[in-house]
Amino acid sequence: MGYYQVEMECAERETMRELQSKRLAENVAHVYKNVPHYKKKMDDRGVTPSDIKSVEDLCKLPFLTKDDLKDAYPYGYLAVPLSEAVRIQSTSGTTGKRVVAFYTQGDIGLWDDCCARAIMAAGGGKDDVVHVCYGYGLFTGGPGLNGGSHKVGSLTLPMSSGNTERQIQFMTDLEATILCCTPSYAAFLAESIIEQGHRGQIKLKAGIFGAEAWSEEMRRDIEARLGIKAYDIYGLTEISGPGVSFECAEQTGMHVNEDHFIPEIIDPETGEVLPDGERGELVLTCITKKAFPLLRYRTRDICVLSRKPCSCGRTLVKMSRLMGRTDDMLIIRGVNVFPSQIETVLLSCGFQPNYQIVVDRVRHTDTFEVRVELTSEMFSDTVKDISTKENELVSAMRAMLGISPKVTLVAPRSIARSEGKAVRVVDKRKI
Amino acid sequence: MTIEQISVFLENKPGRLAEITKIIGDAGVDLRAMSLADTADFGVLRLMVDNPEKTRELLQGAGCVVSVTQVLAVRIADKPGSLAGVLAVLADAGISVEYAYASITRDRENAYVIFRVDDNDRALRAFGGRGITTASAKELFNGG
Repeated sequence: MGYYQVEMECAERETMRELQSKRLAENVAHVYKNVPHYKKKMDDRGVTPSDIKSVEDLCKLPFLTKDDLKDAYPYGYLAVPLSEAVRIQSTSGTTGKRVVAFYTQGDIGLWDDCCARAIMAAGGGKDDVVHVCYGYGLFTGGPGLNGGSHKVGSLTLPMSSGNTERQIQFMTDLEATILCCTPSYAAFLAESIIEQGHRGQIKLKAGIFGAEAWSEEMRRDIEARLGIKAYDIYGLTEISGPGVSFECAEQTGMHVNEDHFIPEIIDPETGEVLPDGERGELVLTCITKKAFPLLRYRTRDICVLSRKPCSCGRTLVKMSRLMGRTDDMLIIRGVNVFPSQIETVLLSCGFQPNYQIVVDRVRHTDTFEVRVELTSEMFSDTVKDISTKENELVSAMRAMLGISPKVTLVAPRSIARSEGKAVRVVDKRKI
Repeated sequence: MTIEQISVFLENKPGRLAEITKIIGDAGVDLRAMSLADTADFGVLRLMVDNPEKTRELLQGAGCVVSVTQVLAVRIADKPGSLAGVLAVLADAGISVEYAYASITRDRENAYVIFRVDDNDRALRAFGGRGITTASAKELFNGG
């Protein structure tokens, strides 16, 4: 599996630290000068750009949150004149707070570089056919992998999301070798491909799946169904898009593109920086982007950083797969529930991870329902067999979570998907 | 002999049964028997149709979960006590009936009852020894 920019991906630790320190100091000065909102935050803390000389000084800077961006919507954090900004991307606004991110030509170039590294780490090259069915448009998934694929020199299929029939037709006709989409769409595509008897015509060797938290069980399931190696990729619109970090063949975490983004793990309660190996909230600092260079942005994603040497030769720090969000943890009848736990149980019971958690409060008591899409394999002509499977699912969930949900089986593809992202949690409680 | 039955998963939502029967009706599929099993939150619709393969494709194309099961269409004389006789044979052989339902027929002499049992081969052997016959799909749809 090749490198796209070996001098960065495999840099000596000290060389990388020096580069990061230099770039950090430059970008802090740039932001201080051009973003009054952040200047005020620094002034309030009594920090000036001259205090930030190296990576060690990062902890002196104030955090940024999604609320800060919302308050300054839309142009408050734009750090270059409009004449230099060439593109926007935007979050879906599913949490009710839309963020618009800006890019200069250079910002797009470095973002594409990051995605190119991901594609090459997944075995991509000039001879590959990269099928991108992340959404195109405001969503960063499509444009990011599209740009990365161009940089690698692969033939790029800009499919965007939806129209599964057409996806499968292009995939088989053009003999796509690398698939890029959300893991839930990959699982859905795999199901459709097998159902329609096209498994034999698929030439895929790898998949790059991100924009959603997914479990190791789900990875193995997609890999087995499509006969591919499935790679995780991470990113967020606020920081650039996919490619903030990417997985290599070792599949033990995602290498963070540290020459562009400095990661930290903090205790989400206290804001204290935690050492490598400890689980906490990921905070990212952009050190090269110019139009929308967020400093110490709190991602609300929970993970662990590791500097254990990697067999792929990259020296870039690795972040674990996402272990949840500081905000997607549900508290149901006083019990903490992560959607990823539900996913693990579904796969272990033979179901597909197409589900939706519905929480409500009726007469001061939480109701907890898990709606699960039924598949052909799990269907039977006798009610008894289906009920047995339903009961097994309830027992396994009780064992995992400590509380029992009501499990409702629903028709395939009946759970709402937006931009290929399944809507996993519907919390109707008014608390 | 056994014949093919189509089973369809039904979400408990108003109009689902109407949708499904419309799809197969519009395609000119002939329906000879049906049964609907229901629980609090889902149902299983079972159909005897003249073209199981086409029906399966149609319903899968419409996003339904469908399975095909081999069942027995037992020919019984249309007179009191016939059904009890068939069930006694199954009970004597220790064969469990998962479910059963009746089929419409144009034959004045005979009726057809669809049986889903836990072991088709053993049921057929038990029937054979007692002179009970099962119908082919052709017989069920065109008459003996």
